[in-house]
Amino acid sequence: MSYYFAIIGTKDNPLFEHEFGTSRQGGDGVARFREDARHMNQFIVHSSLDIVEEVQWGGGQMYLKHVDSFRNSHVFSFITGGNVKFMLLVAPDTHNASRASSASTARSSTYGQVSTYNPTAPSTEEPIRNFFIEVYDAWLKTIMSPFYQVNMPVKSPVFRGRVAGAAKKYL
Amino acid sequence: MASTKAARIGEDVWKTRVDKVNAELVTLTYGTIVAQLCADFDADYAEVNRQLDKMGYNIGVRLIEDFLAKSGTAACANFRETAEMIAKVGFKMFLNITPPITNWSGDNKQFSLIFDENPLADFVELPDDGRAQDELWFSNILCGVIRGALEMVQLQVEAHFVSDVLRGNDTTEMRISLIRIIDDEMPPDDE
Repeated sequence: MSYYFAIIGTKDNPLFEHEFGTSRQGGDGVARFREDARHMNQFIVHSSLDIVEEVQWGGGQMYLKHVDSFRNSHVFSFITGGNVKFMLLVAPDTHNASRASSASTARSSTYGQVSTYNPTAPSTEEPIRNFFIEVYDAWLKTIMSPFYQVNMPVKSPVFRGRVAGAAKKYL
Repeated sequence: MASTKAARIGEDVWKTRVDKVNAELVTLTYGTIVAQLCADFDADYAEVNRQLDKMGYNIGVRLIEDFLAKSGTAACANFRETAEMIAKVGFKMFLNITPPITNWSGDNKQFSLIFDENPLADFVELPDDGRAQDELWFSNILCGVIRGALEMVQLQVEAHFVSDVLRGNDTTEMRISLIRIIDDEMPPDDE
């Protein structure tokens, strides 16, 4: 699995981006998005924002679980009290390392592959919830810094480190 | 012996005679002041340090009165005792921390306070403009407080930070040096 994590500010402005791969089942934590599809992640997450805004007033929960899918990418969302949105895009690896060298094989398998990934299974939702909660904790500490202003992009290496730590721990 | 006595007084005053406020209120208020100073002086960090020291000085000259009233302690016999009082009663009373005293100089006129925890600097990350890490002493107000407070009890000192965890150092260390004991002097003539 490859993950793309983004934090979206209150004016739908991006504040933070981070890509990582799974650390489960011997994963090395490196994102394996296809190079020519990587930029799509931002579009997919951006288009999911509308759905987040639809469901955000529904349950009063911060964790909105699975909100959107596009082809075989799934978007999960978590919304903070200050209306900052954490978006996590999950995509199955479309090619493994051995096939990465051959561009043509990789391409043919990109959209044809049927994913067995179930985004609404509790075993999927729970680790992502834990990940979001840990990031939320780090987020609070980061925005409490007096030198941070609302809706300012987060450049703190400490925060990035915490996100990477949470990713490694739960995903 | 003096050391445990100071610690006892500190604990006692903290428990019985001090009004508590939310720590985050203090942290955020102080952080906002520093951030605003940085904005007002266009990130001239040397000037920010100076302003913080000045603000601290003005707090210190008032705070000593409160300190003496609440702690009920008498004059210290020597500078070592003063150090104990600052660390174990003063800091305990106002910030609920007791920074250890280390690195005494041979002539007993200089010592360091090591701040393992610093309530003023919780959550803080210095701006990454390449200069703040080298120039700004975030908690510089504390130097001014100590300088101001001690001046009111006839001790002229110089206090400055030599390292700060916010800058990436291992410890936060403040160096305090006794310059002279101020004798009771006649006020200078107006000339």
